[in-house]
Amino acid sequence: MTVQTWTYLLVGVSFALYIFIAVRSRAGSTNDFYVAGGGVPPLANGMATAADWMSAASFLSMAGIISFTGYDGSVYLLGWTGGYVLLALLLAPYLRRFGKFTVPDFIGDRYYSRTARLVAVVAALFVSFTYVAGQMRGVGVVFSRFLEVPVNTGVVIGMAIVFFYAVLGGMKGITYTQVAQYCVLITAFLVPAIFLSIMSTGNVIPQLGFGGEAVGAGTSLLAKLDGLHAELGFDAYTSGSKSTLDVFCITMALMVGTAGLPHVIVRFYTVPRVRDARVSAFWALFFIAILYTAAPAVAAFSRTNLIESVEDAPYRADTAQGDETPLPEWFKNWEDTDLIAWVDKNADGRVQYRPGAAFEALPGQAKVMPIFSGAPGDPLGRGKHGERLLQNPPTANNNELYVDRDIMVLAAPEIAALPNWVIALVAAGGLAAALSTAAGLLLVVSSAVSHDLLKRGFAPNLSERGELIAARSAAAVAVVVAGILGIHPPGFVAEVVAFAFGLAASSFFPAIVLGIFWKRTNGTGAVLGMIAGLGFTISYIVYFKFLGGTPDQLWFGISPEGIGALGVLVNTAVTVGVTLVTPAPPAAVTEMVESIRAPRRDPGAHAS
Amino acid sequence: MSDHPTVDERDRAACARHWQRSLRLIAVLLSVWFAASFGCGILLRETLDQYMLPGTGFPLGFWFAQQGAIVIFVGLIGAYVLLASRIDAELDAEREAIHGEGGSR
Repeated sequence: MTVQTWTYLLVGVSFALYIFIAVRSRAGSTNDFYVAGGGVPPLANGMATAADWMSAASFLSMAGIISFTGYDGSVYLLGWTGGYVLLALLLAPYLRRFGKFTVPDFIGDRYYSRTARLVAVVAALFVSFTYVAGQMRGVGVVFSRFLEVPVNTGVVIGMAIVFFYAVLGGMKGITYTQVAQYCVLITAFLVPAIFLSIMSTGNVIPQLGFGGEAVGAGTSLLAKLDGLHAELGFDAYTSGSKSTLDVFCITMALMVGTAGLPHVIVRFYTVPRVRDARVSAFWALFFIAILYTAAPAVAAFSRTNLIESVEDAPYRADTAQGDETPLPEWFKNWEDTDLIAWVDKNADGRVQYRPGAAFEALPGQAKVMPIFSGAPGDPLGRGKHGERLLQNPPTANNNELYVDRDIMVLAAPEIAALPNWVIALVAAGGLAAALSTAAGLLLVVSSAVSHDLLKRGFAPNLSERGELIAARSAAAVAVVVAGILGIHPPGFVAEVVAFAFGLAASSFFPAIVLGIFWKRTNGTGAVLGMIAGLGFTISYIVYFKFLGGTPDQLWFGISPEGIGALGVLVNTAVTVGVTLVTPAPPAAVTEMVESIRAPRRDPGAHAS
Repeated sequence: MSDHPTVDERDRAACARHWQRSLRLIAVLLSVWFAASFGCGILLRETLDQYMLPGTGFPLGFWFAQQGAIVIFVGLIGAYVLLASRIDAELDAEREAIHGEGGSR
């Protein structure tokens, strides 16, 4: 069977499964809709949380980024897992004991302030929309590459599926669908990883093969890779090129941001008891760690395969001399999708891969992306060797190759010449990752509108039924908006992700942690702290991402992605400072804090 | 006025002790969290990279950053689940004693 038949089959079966589950677990009340009735078993909740957390970015892009940046890519591995430790220890059990529906609920009640609630709602909406646009785009890209439908049709199909189970099932439908999606995505990630590991190192377990000996090289895989990098003039794979301080700050911002993301926090409201909140945090990180320890292994295997199969390979098969292998077929397939490009600078018909960009950005391009002279089928757009010609002017260095980072996971099975069903499985996995995250985020948007904005804000008399209708309508509108953002992505989607983490880190995290661990924190302090933290972080990111700030102006070389780490400190300092010079919070609030710190007395626990 | 604290006061004192124990547990676990990720994986990475993780081809600092710290994180939450439950059970037992002899219920 062809790749396409396999893809239709696997994607079709997995979609049918998601819809079946959604129909079986419809939401009947707001409690079902927001927190799945608070009755999800911890193991299932852990799996759902893991699927919710691992987005198209984790599944498709992360291994690619690590592959191209080596050690520097560790910031994502550490940041997106270490945040769960903060979450499990500092937030999850206490928020579960508090026992409401949303993050703005806690902020609003703890700081007895509608302003605080509104600041929290706006931040939650912004973070969620930023994220969800990227997911819908991911759905579209997978559809277009593997099912050969236009990206926009792919986005619409994705919207229809998410619409169906998020609007119908609410958190209950989403949670059980996500359990299935986790199983699909982890299988889809591990199967090619295991194949790659066996081929590169002869070890069945990718995490061990990563540190194992390269087949036929007589040295470890990493030593071989560092050697290849040194030969071609790249920085060593295992040491990277970012400064230690920058790596430190980015990791910190991502960790704290992870712990402050509303769609992650809300998962811990869905389990029956406080102990279950802790246990499900454990399972969540356990399931995430399976993918996150395999991803850097895939990155290293793919990097080695990429360099070995393209470096100095002749583009045309008939120009190969002796026992040389010409450039493989996948290279040309991906070149046809605009994601690989080759400029034959020294006119030797062979690919030379070196550090630096192979060509310049055209005027008006935000980053270096290839613009080809003609469509893939146009013979006039082809050069002497059959390669696609570029409009971009070549750079002066001797690198001739452009490879889009995002293809490393999608192309890895092809690069390693794996069977067709493995390639189809990766497509189904990418869709599962994108859909599960999109659904979780849409739920946050819907509850922020129907619960925080209407019921607890402007329309307190809303009935239970009315609130449920409002929640469903809000979810429906959010799906459509997300789809439109996916079809017409604002040019800066990638840049805005820095925002999402920076904002979550510099707003929610300090407000919630101080609210639990320092009884004296008052509303004025928290509100001003959140505004100061957000203001500081936003200004820095906007200045360097949109207003043309240059790298030499960076404070201590901290990149915008890492500024959230300082935003946390600014927020905390302002909150503490203002709190100390303003009156203590009301006694009722102090008592509420007391009550979430200790378990409730349960006289039935020991007595029989 | 008797010198004996009331049931309510003793309950509060027990809760305060529970909170202190929880804080100590969190502090210990977070120190390990910091040492594994920011310590070994980032700040001390270059020093540690001079050594290999025994029996493998991993430079030690690189291993912490891309494998070890993640495994340690999972272990930390596992330890937290067990130890926090124990602290909660201690509080339950103390309260049982307080309220049992106070004859409330």
